Amino acid sequence: MYDIAKMGTDVDQNTTKISARNVQVYYGDTHAIKDVNVEIGARSVTAFIGPSGCGKSTFLRCINRMNDTIDVCRVDGDILIDGEDIYDKRVDPVQLRAKVGMVFQKPNPFPKSIYDNIAYGPRIHGLAKNKADLDEIVEKSLRRGAIWNEVKDRLHAPGTGLSGGQQQRLCIARAIATEPEVLLMDEPCSALDPIATAQVEELIDELRNQFSVVIVTHSMQQAARVSQKTAFFHLGNLVEYGDTSQIFTNPQDERTESYITGRIG
Amino acid sequence: MPLSWLVLIVLALAAAGYFVGRIRVLKLAGGDVRALHSLPVYYGANVALSAAVPALGVLLLWLLIQPSLIENTVSAMIAPEMIPEGSNLNLVMADVRRVADGLYTAVETGAMNMAQVDALQASADVRATLGELGVALGQDVRPEVLAAAKSYLVASGTGNTARMVVVLALSLTGLVLSMIRTKPDYRARNVVERAVLALLMAAASLAILTTVGIVLSMLFETINFFGLHSWKDFFFGTIWAPNFRGDSELSILPLLWGTLYISFIALLVAVPIGLFAAIYLSEYAGPKTRAFAKPLLEILAGIPTIVYGLFALLTVGPMLINLFGQTGALGVNWMSGATSVLTAGVVMGIMLIPFVSSLSDDIINAVPQAMRDGSLGLGATQSETIRQVVIPAALPGIVGAILLAASRAIGETMIVVMGAGAIAKFSLNPFESMTTITTRIVSQLTGDGDFSSPETLVAFALGLTLFVLTLGLNVLALYIVRKYREQYE
Ligand SMILES: Nc1ncnc2c1ncn2[C@@H]1O[C@H](COP(=O)(O)OP(=O)(O)OP(=O)(O)O)[C@@H](O)[C@H]1O
Ligand SMILES: [Mg+2]
Repeated sequence: MYDIAKMGTDVDQNTTKISARNVQVYYGDTHAIKDVNVEIGARSVTAFIGPSGCGKSTFLRCINRMNDTIDVCRVDGDILIDGEDIYDKRVDPVQLRAKVGMVFQKPNPFPKSIYDNIAYGPRIHGLAKNKADLDEIVEKSLRRGAIWNEVKDRLHAPGTGLSGGQQQRLCIARAIATEPEVLLMDEPCSALDPIATAQVEELIDELRNQFSVVIVTHSMQQAARVSQKTAFFHLGNLVEYGDTSQIFTNPQDERTESYITGRIG
Repeated sequence: MPLSWLVLIVLALAAAGYFVGRIRVLKLAGGDVRALHSLPVYYGANVALSAAVPALGVLLLWLLIQPSLIENTVSAMIAPEMIPEGSNLNLVMADVRRVADGLYTAVETGAMNMAQVDALQASADVRATLGELGVALGQDVRPEVLAAAKSYLVASGTGNTARMVVVLALSLTGLVLSMIRTKPDYRARNVVERAVLALLMAAASLAILTTVGIVLSMLFETINFFGLHSWKDFFFGTIWAPNFRGDSELSILPLLWGTLYISFIALLVAVPIGLFAAIYLSEYAGPKTRAFAKPLLEILAGIPTIVYGLFALLTVGPMLINLFGQTGALGVNWMSGATSVLTAGVVMGIMLIPFVSSLSDDIINAVPQAMRDGSLGLGATQSETIRQVVIPAALPGIVGAILLAASRAIGETMIVVMGAGAIAKFSLNPFESMTTITTRIVSQLTGDGDFSSPETLVAFALGLTLFVLTLGLNVLALYIVRKYREQYE
């Protein structure tokens, strides 16, 4: 039923990169994430699936503290990255976000040139020693984002002038240009055609060698193709979490089964 | 019959029409509202509108046209050689109108009848008679003026009678015609709809026409001015020195320089402070601070500019002298009087702060949150995000806001009248007094100068230039702001 050929390869999934304990998220009075516990492995791809509005994006945004920017949002519980509590007072969210990159659900290129969009992170963090270095980072990121061929002749055109799908890949390239350790991707292929999707999936597979990747997706096939672990969310609860092969072939929870076979959602 | 009576009668006819129209259509429909095309009120309104609108419209036109028609015929009676030395046709006609007005009052109050007026001979007794009635004349009435005044009186009498007849006839015709048309299947609702549309359009065009009117009246006076004074001196001369000997040098350049210099200093004060305040309010302040600070800042915008003027004259000026004056804290003796470019500029800058900050705040808030998230998500700090993403994204709008502020600064009057001084010159020293276009307009018009001398008329040329300048800035600013808005919609 699903293409699960790539799963279970030689990756070391035993070391835990991110671990969430009893995480609760509230938007004002809305309880959006209810007591979620999850351990996300290093150097692996974890997929979050679940019906719309179940809290996938909300939980993802907890991992790099992007929820701090929402006034009404409150996060309880602990999230540890490499054993360190990221909600500890001593942790600087700015530094955290440099380490935990994010691709947002809606493409959000800056109103700058394509080049400056990519160079933004490296410049801020001083990743490039000189212009040539920066050029190289930009080119490499754009190539990995599977968009280099389309934009190489107009690097100085505004990034907002690209098509929706191109913008999405630009944002992916922008996120990987800062070389984060963890990459959070919120539906990165929602506006992409099958060819670009395949390229992005290839990228994700490649990133797995260095980073841990968390990807939110509405496509079961995609989850099955790229991830080693899958988490199924429903109404703010983490219903089931396990090896992707197990979730898709032998779900333990009845809600998971209904969802992946298309009965709820 | 006085005008107000005429209007009242027309309105009464309309009101009566309203009720009769309603009743009539209901009766025609046999009392069944569902048999009507429209609700009864629409039939009533239709009759009322037909009775009032054409009649009042014609009345309005009549009021606009009759005086100038009479003026033209009467002024033809005054031959050029009858105009005394040092006067002109306009002045003579003003006399004629005054005498005619006096005679009219005399007839109205019953002090004289038309025959007596006809029999009046030009002599001192006209002046005396009118004087008793409270109409003071500056000099004895000359025969030709009296003759003109008499025909003026007769013509307006005839005009007024004709006006009454025509207006009443129109009103009645409208009433009767619409009454005949009032039948159950008449589409009264649609007619009323069109009347509403016409009303709204009239209001909109009135606003535009007034602007056009203002510009045209300024334009005519400006053309008069350029008939008396060389335009080359006005636009390209370098000296502003009005006098009453007739050889004034009236050049806009020194005034323009003062205006621009003071506006520049005002912007130097207002733009950074206003912008920083806006950034703080929109990016850093919590909802509570914002709810309290934003209105507070906007109160500044509601302070009348004359109060700012006082503040300039009584507080800021002396304060600056204490700093830069002879016995000042810095001991530099740069500044001698309280009025200076700096005084006016600083106070005007304070006045503009809320203007800049509230516009910029709106514009910064319009930058989508996703843009900030993108930057923060890459590990940028808040101020990096603001500097490198938010402000560049909002820049066109902010530039627009600054241009709007500049156009206010250029047109500002009270603060410069009180704070800037009255000396027209080119100088870079901000501690000196300087003057602006607006202050000179005030002083040229408030003296007791003759309204047809170039020294007075120059005010219109200055005003028109100012208008063109600020209009240009506003158009540019709106263009930029609008272009920017399109980006996110
Ligand atoms: N800024 C916010 N303020 C208030 N409530 C919010 C906010 N963002 C999300 N929510 C609520 O939290 C819940 C989870 O939203 P979330 O965006 O995480 O869903 P999602 O699983 O990502 O859905 P989708 O698949 O449609 O993207 C929803 O009920 C939503 O209404
Ligand atoms: Mg989402």
